[in-house]
Amino acid sequence: MRFVVTKACAGGRARAGALYIGGSSAAPIETPSLLLSTCKGLPAFISRDHLSELPSPDSLLLSVSPLHFLDCPSTKTISNIGGLHQMLGLQDHFFIAATRDSLESLPESVGCNKHGATFETPSGRRLVKPSSYKEMITSLMPNLWVSLADEVPAWVSQKRNKISVDRTLRWLDECLALDPVGGKDMLGFIVGGSDIEERKHCATEVARRNVSGFWIGGFGLGENIEERSALLNAVTDSLPEEKLRLVSGLSLPEEVLQGVAAGVDLFDSTYIYHLTLGGFALIYPVNIVDGETAELQLDDSLGDCTKINLRATIYRMDTSPLVADCTCFTCQNHTRAYINHLLNVHEMLAHILLEIHNTHHYLSFFRAVREAIKSGKFDLFRQRFVESRRIHLTSTVPCS
Amino acid sequence: MALRFEVLGKFNRARAARLTLPHFICQTPLFMPVGTQGTIKGLTNSQLQEIGCQIILGNTYHLALRPGPELIDELGGLHKFMNWKRALLTDSGGFQMVSLLHLADITEEGVTFQSPVDGKPMLLTPEESIQIQNKIGADIIMALDDVVKTTITGPRIEEAMYRTLRWIDRCIAAHKRPDVQNLFGIVQGGLDPILRDICVKGLVDRNLPGYAIGGLAGGEDKDSFWRVVAQCTASLPEDKPRYVMGVGYPLDIVVCSALGADMYDCVYPTRTARFGSALVPEGILKLKNQAMADDERPIDPTCSCMVCRNYTRAYLHCLVTKDAMGSQLLSYHNLSYMMRLSKDLHTSIVEGLFPEFVQGFLRTQFPKGDVPEWVCNAMEVAGIDISSCCAPLTS
Ligand SMILES: [Zn+2]
Ligand SMILES: [Zn+2]
Repeated sequence: MRFVVTKACAGGRARAGALYIGGSSAAPIETPSLLLSTCKGLPAFISRDHLSELPSPDSLLLSVSPLHFLDCPSTKTISNIGGLHQMLGLQDHFFIAATRDSLESLPESVGCNKHGATFETPSGRRLVKPSSYKEMITSLMPNLWVSLADEVPAWVSQKRNKISVDRTLRWLDECLALDPVGGKDMLGFIVGGSDIEERKHCATEVARRNVSGFWIGGFGLGENIEERSALLNAVTDSLPEEKLRLVSGLSLPEEVLQGVAAGVDLFDSTYIYHLTLGGFALIYPVNIVDGETAELQLDDSLGDCTKINLRATIYRMDTSPLVADCTCFTCQNHTRAYINHLLNVHEMLAHILLEIHNTHHYLSFFRAVREAIKSGKFDLFRQRFVESRRIHLTSTVPCS
Repeated sequence: MALRFEVLGKFNRARAARLTLPHFICQTPLFMPVGTQGTIKGLTNSQLQEIGCQIILGNTYHLALRPGPELIDELGGLHKFMNWKRALLTDSGGFQMVSLLHLADITEEGVTFQSPVDGKPMLLTPEESIQIQNKIGADIIMALDDVVKTTITGPRIEEAMYRTLRWIDRCIAAHKRPDVQNLFGIVQGGLDPILRDICVKGLVDRNLPGYAIGGLAGGEDKDSFWRVVAQCTASLPEDKPRYVMGVGYPLDIVVCSALGADMYDCVYPTRTARFGSALVPEGILKLKNQAMADDERPIDPTCSCMVCRNYTRAYLHCLVTKDAMGSQLLSYHNLSYMMRLSKDLHTSIVEGLFPEFVQGFLRTQFPKGDVPEWVCNAMEVAGIDISSCCAPLTS
């Protein structure tokens, strides 16, 4: 893996970069970029044939949680099959393995002890030690993996937060010691909760280790949204410029922009999954700097104007696609009326079609963010995006 | 009549044909996956095309409830609504009512049932069934028949058969779009050969575009089942498609095809997928089974579908019955299997290799030679020598 910062915003932390991850011949993945969430290594509803129709290489980064394979297949079987890429039939994709997974396994800080981290999984609470975690990583053979962490929510005591940092650093060293290639494919986990000093301390300590990049955790766990920028900045300011930074737990478009503004390169987002399950489709225009569409649609009476709820009865007879000029499989083939019907009768195809569109749309959003950075207009982009949402929120249009 | 049926090859009773429907040129024998509510569970249209699906079956009863025939009509018909470019078939809605609703009551007027929406009594007449199906716009529509359980005996069977014949005339009279939709009549008569014969003759007199054999696959014994199929296919016209309703086990499809049937439908391949079972040439592979947890082979090494080319049994074992992707992938494979079976039937008949195909099929399903007796009996009538597949009787 090689990462290069290609454009740094003057007067800001936002940056564009290129991630060379798939051998020398593969096209780099431009950052800021999205890691697609998976369940057992595959997107929740998009099968490989439709996955390959999404924009590439943008859609090639997948996040995977080794915890999904705690029960089966066994590490031996996974090794025999040839690791994740073979087992999932996604030889051209790139996997970043981390325990954090907001889909079904949540970090459970109460049960953590000095030996390992605990997680609530579908098969109950499980303790994972660095050694067994490394064993799973060895069999899965992801492109990148993240050290084990004692991730805690924002509301824990200062004392508990400090323990979390100490353990996370100790487990990082254990993971490094267990790694035969000495951290070459490893991202160091950064915690520290809502404490600026602990955040700085943790980031500085992790940065001293021989890791290829950083996984900034502990967000999206109850911290105050106002204090988040300061926390993120404290972390990224303590990290070397030239290494990859990934944040987990920032999901919404505004949160992503907040992360980009702090100098984060990759985002592990479960936003699409939750939208899809809720029957929502993203519809907001992404070219808000250059295009004529600086004003987000304000006439939409359902959803919050970035998304629409396809369950609403007004879509019953709506024969338009989710987004008029969207080139995704869903918009090229199906109408809002059909998706409304599928949701009404609880058919799985609704989720397949929505996940395809939402993924496509969110990837377009990330591309627009990259273009804004490259043309030096990121601040304008962010300002317009946030403003249009605010105009909308204060407008008289009823929103659900 | 809005179809053309050209027999391309025959072996005794078995036939391979080209069935030209308004939306698609199909090859028979063919299997129709059931897309109850305007979608095959968990598969996209492009996937259905990729695996070679030719006709999808929609359930009139469900579609009439949601989204409703008026909406479908207003949006240009079911083809357009679900954006399915190939052929569609809708059932009459009668069977769904009788099988799903306990409170259905059949009179000369039609099927009376309690609305699942507001509990009010509702009536589905032959006229209404056709009217709804005209709005849905499938290539093939089915006449409303008086459905009785196959296991019932006595005068009710006779009454239902004669009523089905009376209703076919009302269906024909109500059918407003015979130029673009083909109305199939349904042969009833239970397990009684005399009643079946009267029904076949009555329907054939009406010169319909195609005929279905109804009232089977409802728990009757297999010997009765194949004998009814054999009797009906023998007396139905050579130049019209024959559809055995509700049949979907691979073995049944092979037997019925040998007896001269052309079309089948069943929820079985997709339903069994959701329970974690895969269709394989040997029969059924239960992926939930603990033995699958470390099985590094594909579901079926002879299958070239997207699932078998990419996934191991071990991986599918941890997906099935738990994750949406599990049932998506298994449905994909199971329908691929059914499409391959249909294609193999067609090709082997055209190429004059049908007996060899049947023998190979039976040998794989019954490696010990324990081919069920009903299959042996049916094959004798079909004129296919399967003695090489059966173990010699141990005396
Ligand atoms: Zn789209
Ligand atoms: Zn297969």
